[in-house]
Amino acid sequence: MTSAEPVLRITNLHKRFGDVHVLQGIDLEVFQHQVVVVIGASGSGKSTLLKSVNLLEQIDDGQIFLKGEDISDPRIAVDKARARIGVVFQQFNLFPHLTVLDNVALANRRVHGLSRDEAETIARHWLDRIGLGHKLRDYPDRLSGGQQQRVAIVRAIASDPELLLLDEITSSLDPLLVGEVLDLVSELKAGGSTILMTTHEMQFARNVGDHVIFLKDGFLLEQGTPQQVFDEPQHPATREYLSRVKTH
Amino acid sequence: MNSAPVTTESGLSGVELGRRAFRKKQSGRSVLISLASTVMLAAIVWLTVVNTPGWALVQQAFFDPKTGANFFPSILLGLWLNVRILFFAVIGVAIFATLIAVIRTLRGPVFYPLRLIATVYTDLFRGMPLIIVLYLVGFGIPALGVTPRLPPEVWGTLALILTYSAYVSEVLRAGMEAVHPSQRLAARSLGLTHAQTLRLIVLPQGIRKVVPALMNDFVSMQKDVGLVSVLGSIDAVRAAQIAVADTYNFTPYIVAGLLFVVISLPFIRLTDWLAGRAQLREQIGGKV
Ligand SMILES: Nc1ncnc2c1ncn2[C@@H]1O[C@H](COP(=O)(O)OP(=O)(O)OP(=O)(O)O)[C@@H](O)[C@H]1O
Ligand SMILES: [Mg+2]
Repeated sequence: MTSAEPVLRITNLHKRFGDVHVLQGIDLEVFQHQVVVVIGASGSGKSTLLKSVNLLEQIDDGQIFLKGEDISDPRIAVDKARARIGVVFQQFNLFPHLTVLDNVALANRRVHGLSRDEAETIARHWLDRIGLGHKLRDYPDRLSGGQQQRVAIVRAIASDPELLLLDEITSSLDPLLVGEVLDLVSELKAGGSTILMTTHEMQFARNVGDHVIFLKDGFLLEQGTPQQVFDEPQHPATREYLSRVKTH
Repeated sequence: MNSAPVTTESGLSGVELGRRAFRKKQSGRSVLISLASTVMLAAIVWLTVVNTPGWALVQQAFFDPKTGANFFPSILLGLWLNVRILFFAVIGVAIFATLIAVIRTLRGPVFYPLRLIATVYTDLFRGMPLIIVLYLVGFGIPALGVTPRLPPEVWGTLALILTYSAYVSEVLRAGMEAVHPSQRLAARSLGLTHAQTLRLIVLPQGIRKVVPALMNDFVSMQKDVGLVSVLGSIDAVRAAQIAVADTYNFTPYIVAGLLFVVISLPFIRLTDWLAGRAQLREQIGGKV
């Protein structure tokens, strides 16, 4: 059982915004090197789930374990826990006043205590890998949406986090740019990253996901391998949702 | 739409060359027009002023070159004091205003007393005329008898810092609040602490958003440095006052006034330049 300790384990997670019960008792596990994809309609609570894992939202009940450590315990150091998790949001949240290189090097320098040189070497390596080695000194607004989003991913991964959270990282992108961003995610998976992500790209979820979770109104209605969820959905709500997204 | 592109030896199409020639002619014409209108306006103002009944007297009392030249050195020496006061006041305001702005953005009940003090401070000092603050600080604090004897310009500097920090902290706070919350979120999600997020992400972006307003405050502070003369420091204004009392001629005031303008000019230009550069660098994509 110890060898199979999941990277992330969530038990009975509840989150309310006022009267709205956005997450109503979620249980899920993400194991090492696994890509877990959360799908569900707009407003089903996907982003809230990811924000809760990163402690950006205070949860109302339940527990969140990162490699066995309860990070929902208010006595732990929040910043330390966050530093172990990489996050990319839907909108590119690059820092506009920092160059691409500084964006990627920031966390390693300021949070993980690397020297400027070490942090920049790592940042250069990653930026080279995504083909932006010639844009190091540019400011984010000069990059295309796809380039910005890839920089955001690399910024999250540069400090070698134990878990990577990706929240609809392609949904504000031009369709032509979606591919280059998703390719990077596939590469990260091949490199052994552990990923919990939400997406509206069902094809991608099927191809890259190891495990798919369907959320509706804050309930985890169905989960399983992509084949199970996409090909033989058990729950009527899953079937309905899938038929709706497929017709698009 | 599909007419064949006619290219010339410059590699540009005839259409583009025509457009450029037109633009050139246009801009040449607007330069001429603005030049002519400026000269005309200046002439009108000049003739009007010169033909007023009191002009001869005013000219003698305010624009006497000899008096101006005589007192120029002493006024310039006074100005040096203004410059030094300004230097320390700017540093003081930068530190104190940032502190107040940060305190006012702190959330959580623990910080309530601090926040309250900061709010009362900004309300009080933004409302109070600088000259009264100068009197209170410059004459009141030394009168308490607990401070060592310090020259009046030190108290003047302190009064300037107190007054201007109240304005500047509000400007900074507005700038920090204009930074999109997702920036904080992104910073915190990387594991940066609250303090690091403020220092590395929110403040730098916030300051950029309010550079023009900050520079305005700076220029206005530069003028108000002249008010420390009420405490008895021999600055440019005071030096001019002494000269006026000596000669019954007001030219020294004009000299002092012009000197203040002259030292403010580089900063005004610098402001425009900085704002333009920041905009070019960060807002290429038209995003804010
Ligand atoms: N800060 C907030 N305050 C109040 N309600 C919120 C807040 N954030 C989210 N909600 C609500 O919680 C519900 C779930 O939101 P969430 O953003 O998690 O949905 P989502 O599944 O990510 O949707 P989408 O696919 O559109 O991104 C929504 O009804 C939303 O209105
Ligand atoms: Mg969402």
